[in-house]
Amino acid sequence: MARTRIPTSSPPSVSSVKVAPFKPPLQISEDHHLCPGCGHPVAWRLLLEVLSDLELDHRAIGVVGHGCYTAIATMSDIDWLQCLHGRAPAVATGLKRVQPQAAVFTLQGDGDMATEGLHEVLHAAARGESITAIMVNNGVFGDTGGQMTATTVVGQRTKTSLDGRDADAHGFPIPLADLVSNLPGASYVARGAVNNAGSIAQTKKFLTRAFEAQLAGDGFSFVEILTMCPTGWIIPTADGPDYVAGTFEKTFPVKQLKSNL
Amino acid sequence: MIDATTQTRGTVVIDVDRCKGCELCIPACRPGVLAMSEPDEVNVMGARYPVLFAGCTACRACREVCPDFVFEVYRFDEPQNLPARSPDPGSVADGADGGAR
Amino acid sequence: MPTKLMQGADAVAEAALNVGCRFFAGYPMLPFTPLLESMAKQMKAVGGVCINASSEIEAVNMAIGAGAGGARVGTGSCGQGIALMQEAIAEAALNEVPFVVFNMARGQQDYFQCTRGGGWGDYRTITLAPKDVAEAVEHTQLLFHLADKHRGPVILYGDYLIADTFMSVDVSPREFGPLPPKDWALDGTLGGTGRSRQIWSWAMGKSNAPGLGPDGQWKRMAQKFRDIADEEQRHETFLVDDAEYVVVSFGTSSPFVDYVVEEMRAAGVKIGSFRPITLWPFPEQALADATAECRRVFVYEVNGGQMLDDVRLSVADRSKIDFIGGVSVDYSGMRQGEGLQVSSIRTAIAEAMKRGG
Repeated sequence: MARTRIPTSSPPSVSSVKVAPFKPPLQISEDHHLCPGCGHPVAWRLLLEVLSDLELDHRAIGVVGHGCYTAIATMSDIDWLQCLHGRAPAVATGLKRVQPQAAVFTLQGDGDMATEGLHEVLHAAARGESITAIMVNNGVFGDTGGQMTATTVVGQRTKTSLDGRDADAHGFPIPLADLVSNLPGASYVARGAVNNAGSIAQTKKFLTRAFEAQLAGDGFSFVEILTMCPTGWIIPTADGPDYVAGTFEKTFPVKQLKSNL
Repeated sequence: MIDATTQTRGTVVIDVDRCKGCELCIPACRPGVLAMSEPDEVNVMGARYPVLFAGCTACRACREVCPDFVFEVYRFDEPQNLPARSPDPGSVADGADGGAR
Repeated sequence: MPTKLMQGADAVAEAALNVGCRFFAGYPMLPFTPLLESMAKQMKAVGGVCINASSEIEAVNMAIGAGAGGARVGTGSCGQGIALMQEAIAEAALNEVPFVVFNMARGQQDYFQCTRGGGWGDYRTITLAPKDVAEAVEHTQLLFHLADKHRGPVILYGDYLIADTFMSVDVSPREFGPLPPKDWALDGTLGGTGRSRQIWSWAMGKSNAPGLGPDGQWKRMAQKFRDIADEEQRHETFLVDDAEYVVVSFGTSSPFVDYVVEEMRAAGVKIGSFRPITLWPFPEQALADATAECRRVFVYEVNGGQMLDDVRLSVADRSKIDFIGGVSVDYSGMRQGEGLQVSSIRTAIAEAMKRGG
């Protein structure tokens, strides 16, 4: 006896409702070159879903940094400004100040925001700029081949910490969401993950609330999203979600940290 | 005990050629109705891809965790009784389920 | 508008606001600081934004964001602060975002930074060097026009003498001609239409509308700056027609040089002066023409010899070139020192003439 396959090449012939489309309305193309098992495309998808859900299609402007995730700027149908490594929160500040009606957000990795751009994000948060900063955090410079960043966790192997990050030699990772949540100018701060359906649903809520904070004129909103990078972590692809749960989340707890909503 | 049919609440459309074979959908599927194709069944990229069995609940977990936009999910207006097992040689053999619970 | 007695920084700020500058970001650094303070004071009244940024890097990147949003934008710094801004200035040149950089320079030692650029790639920045506050006011307004005309960052080469000196000036808005609409500016409105916009120095475009990509974009930029060079050179000459000696200087040094030239002419010396108004594009042909018949070219600048390189490129070996300037700063290190004096220039010219050639 064998299990019978159900055909999946076309929609069902019996009466049914589509409960989830392939891609969100603002996605132009799904043909990205990110690795199998990468968490970034899941985060992108949530972002684009939230923008449409909140009817920000004709108001959103994304300011994107440098990383594997930069490809989103070619694949999604909103205005984009690609900027220098780490500087997106400063660029977004200038943009929002002259286009206050736009929903301005940054999309940066941990290498971009927490490492090169720590100065910019903290000052934008302190000033309470009405922007939404989003950090996809996989604890590694993926795009450049897998070097250590400010959020690489102790024990994590990278090309510049081959024996695992050692606190004595390399210091400690920076829990950026926690840092930002301490600043009065930050009104909404959360850390999510995309390693399972539950965390994905929760992260979508966090993103929604972050944009709602911007729309309410409430100050700086911030969402850190733990994403998988099995390539940069030098682990089998299928182990990515468990690595997030078992290793990353111990250093970077997944939760909503602050909300004025 | 051999189940001839399984109550199924929904189904998916799988864009086979988009899949990169990461296999994250397999453990994510709550009713355990996804398995990777046989080793010699690969798409244009040379990757194995998920195949579906009866019992989908349209929970969307597969589509949520997939990084490659492979899934579209439907919920039937009326639950269907879909064939679960058969001696048909076109089916997947026992033991190669890839995580059925 | 009648002229009024104004301090340079205030005059430059008001002149900028009068042509629509509505966003300014800067980090305090003397002698630029008075301009930042003046903007902070005046911007709110016109409904604009002035941010005292937390670094020069932050300020110039804010300028990129505001410029990308279609506003008329200023930023500025001087000396080492301009050095910090180089990456972003180059980026804006290559992704075509306009803004004006007010370099209230530390003396004349910022010339290389403004004309060679310390950022990456095949880019240039139009740089105007006013000789006094009145010209700085005109150049300020012209620079906003040029930034929009050519879609990129441009530089005002001012200094302590420009920022702090009082002069009677007219800051009313000047017209420089029509400009194309800023339909490339980001406002979010084309999202979801299939025609959403993108500003990216790599010009990747969208999957349904690919851009030029880095090779195409940077080739286009290199050509663009060659075209600007042909079109935007500006200079001024003084008594060069029958001159045997021509003194080349720029910015606030030039009135001192011209004072000596006029004095020596009255004493019968056939001497004239040449002043590049655009440091880039340097008016090469104009300088070559102005020095075609003269035996000696003297280069005066308050640095170790920076514009000197451009003079050599223009004049080649048709005349003998002497460098008669030199580094000179005051005790603070931020302002021209005792070297910038009529008497020093007079002596330097006389000694150079004696050295013969």
